[in-house]
Amino acid sequence: MADSVGPELKINRANGDECVLPADEMRKDHMKHLDHQRDDTMHDGIRTKKFSLKECINCHANKDESGKYVPVNAPGEFCQSCHVYTSVKLDCFECHATKPRDTAFHPIVSDKMKAFADVHDAPKTKSMLDSIAAKAGEK
Amino acid sequence: MSEQMIDQYRRDFFTKAGATAATGAIAPGVMLMQVGQAQARPLDQKASDKNRWGLLIDSNKCADGCSDCVKACETENAWGSGSTDEQKSDAAQKAQWIRTVTLKNKLTGSEHQLPMMCQHCEEPPCVDVCPTGASFKRADGIVLVDKHICIGCRYCMMACPYKARSFIHEDLHDQSPDVPRGKGTVESCTLCVHKIDRGDGTTACADACTHKAILFGDLNDPNSDISIEMKKHATTQIRADLDLNTGVRYRGI
Repeated sequence: MADSVGPELKINRANGDECVLPADEMRKDHMKHLDHQRDDTMHDGIRTKKFSLKECINCHANKDESGKYVPVNAPGEFCQSCHVYTSVKLDCFECHATKPRDTAFHPIVSDKMKAFADVHDAPKTKSMLDSIAAKAGEK
Repeated sequence: MSEQMIDQYRRDFFTKAGATAATGAIAPGVMLMQVGQAQARPLDQKASDKNRWGLLIDSNKCADGCSDCVKACETENAWGSGSTDEQKSDAAQKAQWIRTVTLKNKLTGSEHQLPMMCQHCEEPPCVDVCPTGASFKRADGIVLVDKHICIGCRYCMMACPYKARSFIHEDLHDQSPDVPRGKGTVESCTLCVHKIDRGDGTTACADACTHKAILFGDLNDPNSDISIEMKKHATTQIRADLDLNTGVRYRGI
């Protein structure tokens, strides 16, 4: 398929120019890969990143002038522009998040985490935070 | 924080953890390894029936009026107060993955509270009644809803003895990337399956409980903290008469 066909896409090139497969293949087969990965992840817990929808969003969500993420299914955005052009309904985002989000932590954890993240390697669990806090208290 | 940064942090942490472990060598070739803790499964490996994840909840430790576990679940899984969605639904319609229940002994008047959520049964009634196969049990014992094939019939909600499931009545927009949820499907506690799969070795509720009333672990591993506790103390399954072999066990009820 020639690049001149279809709508002009807003492509975020911050993470490079290459998708996980050549663009031609992705245009044609992205839904097959997503569908396959969907069942593997849901039922078997396989969470490889190559065809993970979450990774698609991480790369393909664009930011507006104020630096906030714009949903990938908003008019003119990466997913939506082709799906409008081809008149194919986009079902993924009735359930899936349309933009990346920082890893969600409980507020109790995230406040402490922010405080420690600058000086330590970011702790992953509350027990790790507590042990760091205890050590800080001893000093 | 970006996903890449987190990966970098994790890599750094494990590199350092590896260096620390080396100091734990008790003899040449013999390593003092920590056993019984959840290990991160490689991303391309299937969840295995060698594990059975579960929770042990000590209702004597659960503090009256505390709802830290509920709030942590809401934040982690982006429902209730952790989401800006579900403004039109009333209280009975809104999602409720975990709730606190107060038990009262009418004879003695003693009252205590416990958190209640999907009990991750070995023989789940929700799976039995599901007409599409959307309700299923993963190899490692976690009971989930595959929302891709859920038709929203809500048979599972009727079948669940623990009233653990919710139906989503309206369009959602504020989901967490790790926790897809949407209108017309049923959902419930996932035992923080996304956290288990990335090797966090805990759930949001267990992590947030400052009273240490919730213990997460592998019921199949005799050396896990949860198995050791369950061997030491008498534990109860709620509605044990139904013979469902729940993955969530309680103490002090």
